[in-house]
Amino acid sequence: MRNLFSIGRHPVWLTVPSLLLLLVALGYPLAQVVLRSFTDPAIGLDNYVWFFSRPVNLTVFWRTFEVAGWVTILCLVLGYPYAWMMTAVGPRMRLLLILCVLVPFWVSGVVRTLAWVILLQDSGVINRGLVALGFEKVRLIRTPLGVIIGMTQVLLPFMIMPLYAVMRSIDLRLVQAARSLGARPTLAFVQIYLPLSLPGVFGGAIIVFILGLGFYITPALLGGPRATMLSTLAQQQVLQQLNWGRGGAMGVILLVSTLVLLAVAARFTRRRYQITGGSK
Amino acid sequence: MADTQRGAAVDIRSVTKTYGDFTALDDISLRIEAGQFMTFLGPSGSGKTTTLNVIAGFTELTAGEILIGERSVGNLPAHKRNVGVVFQHYALFPHMTVAGNIAYPLKLRRVPKPERARRVAEVLEMVHLTDFSHRYPAELSGGQQQRVALARALVFDPPLLLMDEPLGALDKKLREWLQLEIKRIHRELGTTFVYVTHDQEEALALSDRIAVFNKGRIEQVGSGHDLYERPETLFVGRFIGESTVLSGPHEVRGDETAMQIGDEWVVCPGLPLGDGRQALLVRPEKITLRRTGSDLRPGENRLTGRVSEAIYLGSGVKYEVTLADGTRGVARMTLTEDRLALGDGVDVCWMQQDARLLADDGSSLGEQSGDHG
Repeated sequence: MRNLFSIGRHPVWLTVPSLLLLLVALGYPLAQVVLRSFTDPAIGLDNYVWFFSRPVNLTVFWRTFEVAGWVTILCLVLGYPYAWMMTAVGPRMRLLLILCVLVPFWVSGVVRTLAWVILLQDSGVINRGLVALGFEKVRLIRTPLGVIIGMTQVLLPFMIMPLYAVMRSIDLRLVQAARSLGARPTLAFVQIYLPLSLPGVFGGAIIVFILGLGFYITPALLGGPRATMLSTLAQQQVLQQLNWGRGGAMGVILLVSTLVLLAVAARFTRRRYQITGGSK
Repeated sequence: MADTQRGAAVDIRSVTKTYGDFTALDDISLRIEAGQFMTFLGPSGSGKTTTLNVIAGFTELTAGEILIGERSVGNLPAHKRNVGVVFQHYALFPHMTVAGNIAYPLKLRRVPKPERARRVAEVLEMVHLTDFSHRYPAELSGGQQQRVALARALVFDPPLLLMDEPLGALDKKLREWLQLEIKRIHRELGTTFVYVTHDQEEALALSDRIAVFNKGRIEQVGSGHDLYERPETLFVGRFIGESTVLSGPHEVRGDETAMQIGDEWVVCPGLPLGDGRQALLVRPEKITLRRTGSDLRPGENRLTGRVSEAIYLGSGVKYEVTLADGTRGVARMTLTEDRLALGDGVDVCWMQQDARLLADDGSSLGEQSGDHG
């Protein structure tokens, strides 16, 4: 309670509009979704029993996590060196690198995904290139691989930005210090730089993974029936079958699994130390 | 470890480092004897830290050669040089405890665990931090962190320890105490210490020898006493200690040089160095202030001025004097002498052989960022 009172000295009312908006636009519908998943069409666990008893649903459920997992790994592999480069180059080059990350952000997700359709489709640029080089065509569109490629591109900035924010605060003299103490460059990286960048890795991975779980547009446009994800399935239930209960149950399942993952991740990121090293 | 430890000599031979058009080090040569406490002193940007980085292997040379313990280290990467480095901002690993930080170089050298624990305990005792081994760096004060950094840089018995302004971020009292600690540790270990600072008082307090850096060159190398009493360049004279610097047209009279200050003349034994403008440097304790109209004593120089500031120092009084030609002079006097007040007219006197005639290299106090506090 003391904390609540001490808040009183700050202009708390400034947060009222956004809190109201969240309450009305997020809290109310969310409560409705949860409520309906237990009551629509009848009170009980019918919707959940239905979800877990249909193998198709479980396949889609696992696929959703698998795709989100792969996207997270790919974003990390691509984003880590990129974010590191951003800390290593001069200010002008850094601006260019930041722009390269942000410009795609300013283009609508739908447009970007349609661009991937053009690139990935069977008669698309990539496949024509492969054929021209004497390779066989690869099926990309309407496969989980196509979805993963498209989602990785869309979600990459969400990985790079937290990584960059953390890496920027790492004192590079720590690496120099490790070198002077006898660590070869790779050891200095693995034992000093990498552990200190982990908060960025966790931060970026959690954001990308969670966004990936609930991703809708890209899987809907790039995936086919064989690459359906949970969000698409929920959308079909609600908008095509008008089955709010089943759609809601899927939403709740996704939400609960996300929260569990967050709780697990939080255990790993607890630290006793600051990452910047020393007092400056 | 004290009995087996021997310092390594460092030989810096014609080292040059350029960054594009900028010459950070301009053909520097310097020998540091084994076990010596050498300080690199100079304003920021003078090349002292670059020289340290070159010795540590963090910065590649453009030209020249460096030998540590008679062995050329030109192609040796930093991690193979076996040189301890202490950084200004400590550079402790924040994700390791104090003990973890100090054990790190031993782990890299595959020292067995019991031996490791013994040596960590030993250096922790040396820096008086035995009770802090399980703390994280963020839980320590600045002075404690710096002592951990020192312990970490010494635990693997390097023959050479480099310190880059290690006390720069600490307050004066703590700095003075740690100076004594560093001196004691140097004495106990016999390791060669190279210490970078822009603080001339710190350099004088610590060092066996001081190399004064300016604009990528070494101006002079010598003991603190040498540099204070016999500066070879005006820059050195101005950077080390306080001084009154006089400048004016000069002429050679026999084996003396006379210089015109305003409409008065002063004499200095010796001949000018080079053909250019000359400057005369007088230390504050060599100057005697007497009330205007005093008798000129044999062998003395005298200029007239006015007291513009009197600063009580406890052990004495420091007077600032404005000379007739506008030059600012500094004199330090004991309390037993006649106390002067602001605005008093004075004769500024010194013995002819107590001043030093130097080539005027155009250096001014303004460009020296030395922290004299």
